[in-house]
Amino acid sequence: MIALLMRDLRLAVRAGGGFGLGLAFFLIVVVLVPFGVGPNSDLLAKIAPGILWVAALLAALLSLDRIFALDYEDGSLALLATSPLPMEGAALAKAVAHWLTTGLPLTLAAPALGALLNLPGPAYSFLLISLLIGTPALSVIGTFGAALTIGIRRGGLLLSLLVLPLYVPTLIFGAEVVRRGAEGLATATPLIMLAGITAGAIALLPFAAAVALRINLR
Amino acid sequence: MELRVTDLKCLRGGISVLEGVSFAVPAGQALILRGPNGIGKTTLLRTLAGLQPADAGEIAYPAEEGAYASHEDGIKAALSVRENLAFWASVYGRAMDEAVLAAFDLVDLAERPAATLSSGQKRRLGLARLGVIGRKVLFLDEPTISLDRFSVKLFADFLRDQHLAKGGIAVIATHIDLGLEAPELDLQPFRAAPEATGGSHEVFL
Repeated sequence: MIALLMRDLRLAVRAGGGFGLGLAFFLIVVVLVPFGVGPNSDLLAKIAPGILWVAALLAALLSLDRIFALDYEDGSLALLATSPLPMEGAALAKAVAHWLTTGLPLTLAAPALGALLNLPGPAYSFLLISLLIGTPALSVIGTFGAALTIGIRRGGLLLSLLVLPLYVPTLIFGAEVVRRGAEGLATATPLIMLAGITAGAIALLPFAAAVALRINLR
Repeated sequence: MELRVTDLKCLRGGISVLEGVSFAVPAGQALILRGPNGIGKTTLLRTLAGLQPADAGEIAYPAEEGAYASHEDGIKAALSVRENLAFWASVYGRAMDEAVLAAFDLVDLAERPAATLSSGQKRRLGLARLGVIGRKVLFLDEPTISLDRFSVKLFADFLRDQHLAKGGIAVIATHIDLGLEAPELDLQPFRAAPEATGGSHEVFL
């Protein structure tokens, strides 16, 4: 598992690996919003939590189809399936690699982009915490979606349609944490819900992804 | 240790292609699969390797000893030759065996990114994977595609001296003569009979 994780991280940072694509996309979407909404800083402050979370979600979505498609095309997925590494472990390693190359950089960049949207002061720590807790769920759910759609040519759009509805709970509670934090309300309930969704996804979805992979490799 | 297949029935896309396949390969021996395109050599190898379930019959070999090599080499273009091999070695929990690089004439290419290799060199790298993972029962699907005559001999020498001589087993689908002393299995007699579709279409013709 560690070997697969290290290989994926190494591939991501080499030429054509796509590391930073999601981050750049996140940056551009967030920068575009004030142009579209206009220079009304009160309005921006109000919608900032939602914008930041939706943008992070779309940025995570962008790199999902690379998770398994490349390994499927060059045959290494079939070789991995016949190796001693269980497919559940492979799916989890892939999800962790995706989070380390997408979710974690997004989380770290988000406060800087919050400033662009006039995010109220108290919300920054909640933004950081909610993304830190929520983005692993995006990666694990996305890995499951990617496992379902390998073998389908140009499956990227189908993958998005499959995965976006599954992202809704994470989005609702994640943005809610930041909104409540911005307004100085209690954030415990949405934080616990967010953490619950992430923990549940990590516990269950690698197994579902492994079954989907085995069936798709037949 | 031996590989024993009894009355195996293989499916491809839900259609049975081979049935009644039975053979046994003792340790230290290879088996060459022959048959025209589409007879089901790849399907049989994938079924033996456990990538797809058998419809009927039994496959017996030590499960922790099987390894599969397909048409595709599973090479990452952005990694060097050595990194590619080291990755597969660590997936199988083994140390990287430097002698394998020499056995497949890859020493001079070891630090080159795999993207810069020719297709024959990539194939050699893909086959060298079999040397570092240390599995005893190999299922090889057209291993010599895009290899020149010299490389075919390298591979045949590796199979004979490093694998079979140490008690390994190999089932190989190939159209060329590898120069191995191995029995051949023609798959023609095992072609599955077309399934009865329940009623004839002739009345509509």
